Parts: sequence; C-alpha cells; structure tokens
Amino acid sequence: MADGYNKPIPIPQPESDNYWEGAKAGELRLRKCDDCNQAYFYPRNICPDCGNNNTSWIVASGNAKIHTFAIVHRAPHPGFVEDIPYVPAIVELEEGPRMATQIVNVEADPSKISIDMAVKVVFESITDEISLPKFEPA
Amino acid sequence: MPVMDKLKNLSGTAAIVGVAESDKIGRTPDKGPLELHAEAGRNALADAGIDKSEVDGVFTAGYSTYDVAEYMGITPHFTDSTTVGGSSFVIHIAHAIAAIQAGYCEVALITHGQTGRSDRARAGGNPGLPTAQYETPYGIIGPPVAYSLAANRYMHQYGEDRTREAMANIAVSTRKWANMNEKAFFYDTPMTFDEYHDSRWISWPFHLPDCCLVTDAGAAIVITSAERAKSTKQGGVSILGAAEGHDHSLLHQMPDLTRTWGRHSGPQALEMAGLTHDDLDLAMVYDSFTYTVLATLESLGFCGPGEGPDFVADQRTAPGGDFPLNTNGGGLSYTHPGMYGIFTVVEAVRQLRGETGQRQLDECKLAMAHGTGGLLASTGTVILGRD
Repeated sequence: MADGYNKPIPIPQPESDNYWEGAKAGELRLRKCDDCNQAYFYPRNICPDCGNNNTSWIVASGNAKIHTFAIVHRAPHPGFVEDIPYVPAIVELEEGPRMATQIVNVEADPSKISIDMAVKVVFESITDEISLPKFEPA
Repeated sequence: MPVMDKLKNLSGTAAIVGVAESDKIGRTPDKGPLELHAEAGRNALADAGIDKSEVDGVFTAGYSTYDVAEYMGITPHFTDSTTVGGSSFVIHIAHAIAAIQAGYCEVALITHGQTGRSDRARAGGNPGLPTAQYETPYGIIGPPVAYSLAANRYMHQYGEDRTREAMANIAVSTRKWANMNEKAFFYDTPMTFDEYHDSRWISWPFHLPDCCLVTDAGAAIVITSAERAKSTKQGGVSILGAAEGHDHSLLHQMPDLTRTWGRHSGPQALEMAGLTHDDLDLAMVYDSFTYTVLATLESLGFCGPGEGPDFVADQRTAPGGDFPLNTNGGGLSYTHPGMYGIFTVVEAVRQLRGETGQRQLDECKLAMAHGTGGLLASTGTVILGRD
C-alpha cells in the first residue's frame, strides 16, 4: 500500500474480482452482453438490459471523453484533504458505457478542462491488490 | 405502468390532518434522532387531535419503523420503512393512501428525525454496494460532489453564465423566504447576489450557498380517510395526486444528469388530480442544491429542458413574485437534516391552511410538494388541495 493511503479502498466482490485483477494488470475490463452485443458498466454477471447471463469480459481501449467533471474544494472525507482541489468526473468510454473516475495530470481549473475532452486511462496503484483506473488528457 | 383510471378513483379519498416539526429544529445536540421522530409524531397527532392509540399505520425512512414505533409506544397493523433518500416521506403518502383505501389501516403516521448537524459518528459504507467500488474511491462521496457533477453537465448543455445566474436567483430568492420564517436557520441572515457570487467554492460549480444546510430536525404527518378527516381538529388537506419512482442509484448510472424522475412523477400526480401546472398556487420543491431546483422544475414540466434559467429569472420565485417557490426557506435556508422531503409537505399544508404568518400567500388552494432522494435518483410528488 502506498504510504498513508487513507481513502476508501474498493473491496472486490464476486462479480468484480476480474475487473480489479484487470486493473492491477493494467487493463480496463468491461462486461459485454453477447445477446445484446453491448458493453456495460459496472460489472454484473446479469445483463442490465435483457437480463440474460450470456455475458463475457472484454478489454476496453481506455479511450474516453469527459461526460462531466467537478472541482472539489472541500474534502468530503478525511482521505481527500491533501488532494483538494481534485477533479472527480464521469467519462464516456469509447465502447459506450459511462464510468465514474478522476481526471489526473491536469490543472484543477475549469478553464483547463472541458466536457467532451478526450482522455485515456491510467492506473494508480493504491494497494498490492488494487489499482484505480483514472483518466488523463489524451 | 400505473393504471390512471384506478389512481383517479383514489384522488381525494385521503387527507392530511396533522403536520408538525419537532419541538426545536436547527441545532439540538441534546437530542437523538429517534427523540426528534417522537416529538414530531406527538406534535402532529396533537395538531390533528388524534390520540396515539388510534395510530395503526407507521411509516418512516432512515430508521426502521420497528425503532420509531417502539420508541413511541405504537403497535401498528401496517408498517412501511421504504427508504429511498430524502423523497421517502413524500413517497410514504402514496403508500398511506393505498393502505387506508385497502383497509390495512385507518390512521397513518409518517415520521422523520435526523441529527445531521450533531451526529457523533458517521456510519461506514457497505463494501458490498457498488458505490464502494465505483464512486467513493474517487472522492465522489456525499451529495455536494455528486450534484456538482450533474450541474456542470447542465451548464455544458444549456450555457454556463445563464445557469450560474439561475442558481444565484434560486439561492437569493429562497433566502428571502427564510427571512420571513422564524424557524429558519437563516431567518436573521439576508444574502445579496454579490455575497452569493463572492462565496467560497465547495465543489465547483457550487458555491457554498448552492448547497443545503446541515441541521438537526424532525417532522411528522398524520393521514386518514377523507371521511374521518372531517371530524379532526383542523379538518383535512385533501391528497389529490401522488406518484413516485426512481431510475438509478449510482450517479454515473443516471440516464440523463439534467432530468430527474420528476419527469414521470410530476405529470402522473397532476393527471391523477385532474389538474395542470397552471392550477397550482404553490410549488414546494426539494432544494438540496440550487441545481436540484433547476433540474426539478424542468423535469416536473413547469418549463422545458434548458428553460429553467428563464423561468426563475428576475426573482420570480421570491416573495411577491408570480411563482411562489419553497416559501419556508427550503433546505437551502430553513432546515436540512439530511432527508428533507417531509418538510416540503409540512409547509404546503400550512400554506393551504393559512397558518404561515408574514409569508402566507394571498391565494393558496392547490399546492405541489415534491421530494428528491439519493443522488437525483428517486422522486415523490403529491398534489394537495383545500377548499
């Protein structure tokens, strides 16, 4: 674990073990429904559209665009006090689904970030088991 | 889908006969949340002139009805702890109508109590919930961060400057109403547009006054059949329409960050009541944030998508304006203990009864109360009327 990491740490669950193993290996893995032929997020064994179990895993390109972002100036949790201002965001992946994330390696200034800006995934290792997919300007 | 013919038959069959807050709201460090439930419940029953022993339906959120009923010494035949955030208590009204008309209970008590300001410990998250893996690790924690993400999407679609001006208009107009409500947290604290624009950032694009208060407070509502309401102390405020629903839980799963479920619950409640937007004298719309009001007014159909900034322009929603909105001072300036929805109903009932003193509307016969819960996720709408 990175020294002093005191933010919430994901605990992999039966449906997400593979997602977090992928992130640790530097891959953004998505679930895809083979009946609907559509990728979706977050990972669930059952397709949220058709309700079937005919689902598989794919590796996303990591390319996305910003759907929205904010710039947090008041930390909502003690673990983020030293990070403010930081940039939470929702990004739209090239494969279609949206996911929540942070935009990193950019100045936390609304004039330096824009909705629809192209971003690509980077992985931040926070424990031996967990790396968080974040996004930076492409 | 809801069966409108059946719902129309339920319109006006039940009435709100008692409303109240806890003895004190704002800061109550010497009181626990269940105590606030019980105070408010006792006060609402006194308002109705109904004895506690007659309550046979209990509704609450946050806590289980187990805990509230046990604390108050009530043994209900109908119990409903539906918890979908701050809209829950508005949603309970629809459930109470259904329970009363089906015969499961005759006197329904809905209670709320939270000590958001004085809580000594924060509950930890459940690691099994998706948010613990997919949102909180990124610092998307709590409503201000989530709602600011939605607000920025709105700004992108409909224009940053006009959205900012709309949020300022809502913050300032709501504060003016609070300055007319002695129970309001900001009763003695006016706010100018300059003070709004100069205030510090919480989560851009939100200034501090874009965000609701964090207070201690409780409230309660008593509902019974329209027939029985006639013999209560205050008479009844008729429940003409009620609707509910939700379309996501995690913010990033929200289909459209600028549209809430109010797009369904608003029109459904109005249709059940046989009314249109123009018939309403008052709108009480959950204002967790200024942006919540903007997105909600559009979703409910008071104006079209992106038209909210024009709709609220020039202090139209302030005292003296032609669209009275959140006349108690709202979650922004009156009270907001965490799940505020019930307070929209309390104020609507008081306005309909003509009990609101200096902020009383000249003409108030039909009102909408609307709750939003979770991360813009659930809504409950009720239409209330008094002859």
